[in-house]
Amino acid sequence: MTTIRHHLTDDLIMGYSAGTLPEAVNLIIASHVSLCDDCRAAVEAHDALGGAVLDTTKAETLDDGCLDATLAMIRAMNAPAPRDIKVPQDPVAPAPLLDYIGGSLDAVKWRPVGMGVKQAILKTSPDATARLLYIPAGTAMPDHGHRGLELTLVLQGAFQDDEGYFARGDIEIADADLQHTPVADISQDCICLAVTDAPLRLKGLARLAQPFLNI
Amino acid sequence: MFGATEPLDTRDATPIAAPAINGHVRGDDRDKAKPVSAGTADDSGPDWAAVLIRIRDHRDEASFVALFRHFAPRVKAFLMRSGADAAQAEECVQDVMATVWQKAAQFDPARASAATWIFTIARNRRIDALRKQKRPEPEDLPWGPEAEPDQEDRLGLQQETEHLEEALASLPAKQRELIEKAYFGDLTHSEIAEATGLPLGTIKSRIRLALQRLRHAMDRK
Repeated sequence: MTTIRHHLTDDLIMGYSAGTLPEAVNLIIASHVSLCDDCRAAVEAHDALGGAVLDTTKAETLDDGCLDATLAMIRAMNAPAPRDIKVPQDPVAPAPLLDYIGGSLDAVKWRPVGMGVKQAILKTSPDATARLLYIPAGTAMPDHGHRGLELTLVLQGAFQDDEGYFARGDIEIADADLQHTPVADISQDCICLAVTDAPLRLKGLARLAQPFLNI
Repeated sequence: MFGATEPLDTRDATPIAAPAINGHVRGDDRDKAKPVSAGTADDSGPDWAAVLIRIRDHRDEASFVALFRHFAPRVKAFLMRSGADAAQAEECVQDVMATVWQKAAQFDPARASAATWIFTIARNRRIDALRKQKRPEPEDLPWGPEAEPDQEDRLGLQQETEHLEEALASLPAKQRELIEKAYFGDLTHSEIAEATGLPLGTIKSRIRLALQRLRHAMDRK
């Protein structure tokens, strides 16, 4: 695994483990965790906390017949598939993302949004938005701030902004205070998964185009 | 990431001593070495990870019934405190426990206790049933027979989990309730930030090591 320098925050890890985040945010976290064993260990440690909560909670009485009904269910089940080590199916898109883009990056229906930048909005629950961004090498994204949270995970190439340099596997967590202008690295076209929990605020002319770009 | 949490972690940080069972008992032999009814060294009750492994390897219904009697009432409580009504919770309990049976092969005792693993299944069922959402999961990191976690890793993780339960129980009531609310899905994202900062550093390091071994095993393939 490559060295990842920009990780998830504790509140996002706990929210993912507790299961209270919007689907789009879960998607970007699951994608980052697929590439980052540090954050995977942190998520699983938080799951252990959830297990401790479950185990120490005051038990409820089950209805009569709950066990029998469950035994009937498992007896009717087919034998489970044996364990199997799968190799990653796509060099760029982690497995959880593949489920949202029809199994391959080639299947993505990109739409141009200007300056060579392309995007594809993924279908998730409406409480947050996930989009794939394709930014040609060396291109600057519009200067923008956010009303809410913006998470950006690099899948290919890299970008630079005031917060630092972000390469494959790195996740940038930008809150409402950050106004930034990400620029894609010159060496390779950049592909990112970006998630926002509120519409972006664009500066200047791009703001007029916002309703059409749906960004 | 968990640096700020260390002062809370007052436990002795010496490595966990090897268990009474010597050597690296593997596969089926290990199950025979640990009968279902046997308690662990202390009085913390049955070794549920061993029970799950019997279900995994032998499709043992008696083990499943024992596991069900302990966890199903807790899963029901978890679901009801997460906002399900009694009838809904009862139905979900059956799904959750049947999933435990069906997916037992995915249980990795070097990375999760039985309670942890069952929690993740119950949580996912809750997201599915109550919020009507899919939950994206990380790329699977399954382990083949060669990478079977050794006894020391497994017991180390289980012991760490017990320490975590003790740490949770010894927290001030207000902080403990905050964490419980977080896992019952009762906190907003900004409230969750207040519930973070727990002593998870040691358990995280253990899981990190287990992941490293898995990666090595996968690289050898």
